[in-house]
Amino acid sequence: MGVCLEEYQLGEGKVRLNMAGEQRRLISDDGVRHDGRRPDELRPIKMSVGVLKNANGSAYVEQGNTKILAAVYGPRSVHPRHLAYPDKARVRCRYHMAPFSVETRKSPAPSRREVELSKVLREALSHAILLEQFPSTAIDIFVEVLEADGSTRCAGINAASLALADAGIPMKDLVAACAVGKVDGYLVVDLTDLEDKNGEVDMPFAMMYGKRKVTLLQLDGKLSYEEFLKAVDMAVVACERIYMMQKEALKQRYLTLRKSIEGGGST
Amino acid sequence: MISKVKKAQILSLLNSGRRVDGRTLDQYRNIKVETNLIGRADGSARVSIGDTLVLAGIKYEIGPPFPDTPDLGVLTVNAEFLPLASPTFESGPPDENAIELARVIDRSLRKAEAVDLSKLCLVPGKSVWIAWIDIYVLNHDGNLIDASALATSAALLSSRIPQADVEEERVKVNYEDKVPPPLSKMPVTVTIAKIGDTLVVDPVLDEEEAADAKLSLSVVEGKLCAAQKSGEGVFEVEELQKAASMALSKGEELYSYLKTLAGGT
Repeated sequence: MGVCLEEYQLGEGKVRLNMAGEQRRLISDDGVRHDGRRPDELRPIKMSVGVLKNANGSAYVEQGNTKILAAVYGPRSVHPRHLAYPDKARVRCRYHMAPFSVETRKSPAPSRREVELSKVLREALSHAILLEQFPSTAIDIFVEVLEADGSTRCAGINAASLALADAGIPMKDLVAACAVGKVDGYLVVDLTDLEDKNGEVDMPFAMMYGKRKVTLLQLDGKLSYEEFLKAVDMAVVACERIYMMQKEALKQRYLTLRKSIEGGGST
Repeated sequence: MISKVKKAQILSLLNSGRRVDGRTLDQYRNIKVETNLIGRADGSARVSIGDTLVLAGIKYEIGPPFPDTPDLGVLTVNAEFLPLASPTFESGPPDENAIELARVIDRSLRKAEAVDLSKLCLVPGKSVWIAWIDIYVLNHDGNLIDASALATSAALLSSRIPQADVEEERVKVNYEDKVPPPLSKMPVTVTIAKIGDTLVVDPVLDEEEAADAKLSLSVVEGKLCAAQKSGEGVFEVEELQKAASMALSKGEELYSYLKTLAGGT
């Protein structure tokens, strides 16, 4: 990529000690992260579309060890009926983590964090959907975190956006998401769990990349004004790459479908 | 829900740079901060921003630490949107809006390092001070986050924590002798609403309902420490830059309400 590393080092990183009392840093002096990535490098990303039979649309996304399954049902009728909007579809979203997805087992009951993230995901996705075309209906988005290793809400948005498209729901654009963080004084993209827990800042970000509209922004940690602007720039660049991968994943889905039809219906 | 007529009025006024209540785009409503109104609480503050009214109360209690942070005190933020505060609020457990508000304020306190949790530890792994922060929304006329954040910071600054002595892992608490808690810089939160193509600070309820989206930015010592976009609308990338600089300058203004409080900076 030809990236100047100094550019990302915006301050003194925290020095941490490991169990043996030795200094441990998450980024080496030459700007290599604990998993070997450059600050602006995404983890290996896998996306597949149409992975569940029953759902109207579905997608599976892996970002490093983070594994997300998303499914969309609808537009379908709303129960109870009074929840329906007369002029547009109602989007409902559930972000949920599997009990085995994290280090110590998580209770399957929805936590306060999951309630907040469900709201944030819904608000990150609904602007992209042409809701007015489906009055009095519900579009249900289910995001299941199967394994969590950082950036689960962003990977969840990436998967849910693909599932919506796979369901054939008319959309203005795909939503691509990526977290930017600050670790050891460096701004980095696509945080792992280790970087999220030990870093200074986590800033989840999502946008309809083609329309350049920001649909999600959260910040957890201190950033100066200049750092904030830089972090937003990095997030936009990362979202572009993810957006391209999402388009490719959707194309692949239809290429496989065509092949199976041309090949006489056998897959 | 907002009527189409009212929304059209708000939008057409904004087109000529005016707001429904005559304020400028970056002007807060009148703010009033009163502290220590609740005798039984260890700290309390009532904040009004225009007709929005929020009461925050603090209780310090001794309890066990979280297993993964045995030598840190515990900070808990909870928000109640009381049914007496608005015709749209219903009784019951906190809904997603109340949970979101509490979590945004929780994040801003943690990332501003407002409370030195290491100094709230009494016996590592066994007993620590738990700071219970309860936010009571009493009247809803928009911008609950800024009012709640200001009330929380003011309540913390005015709070007093009982003296505790530790002798051989036994904790003796002197409830008569209270001291200021270990606080450093307090965060303030500035909410900016996007209505049509205009960014306004401190939206009233009608403006919130007419808004596409809101962005709440928490500020400490000239830096951003937490942010939350809410609402189904979107922001342009350039608008984020504008909102951040608005928040940083308005944050300074909000600080002036904390200055007079004990230990306030």
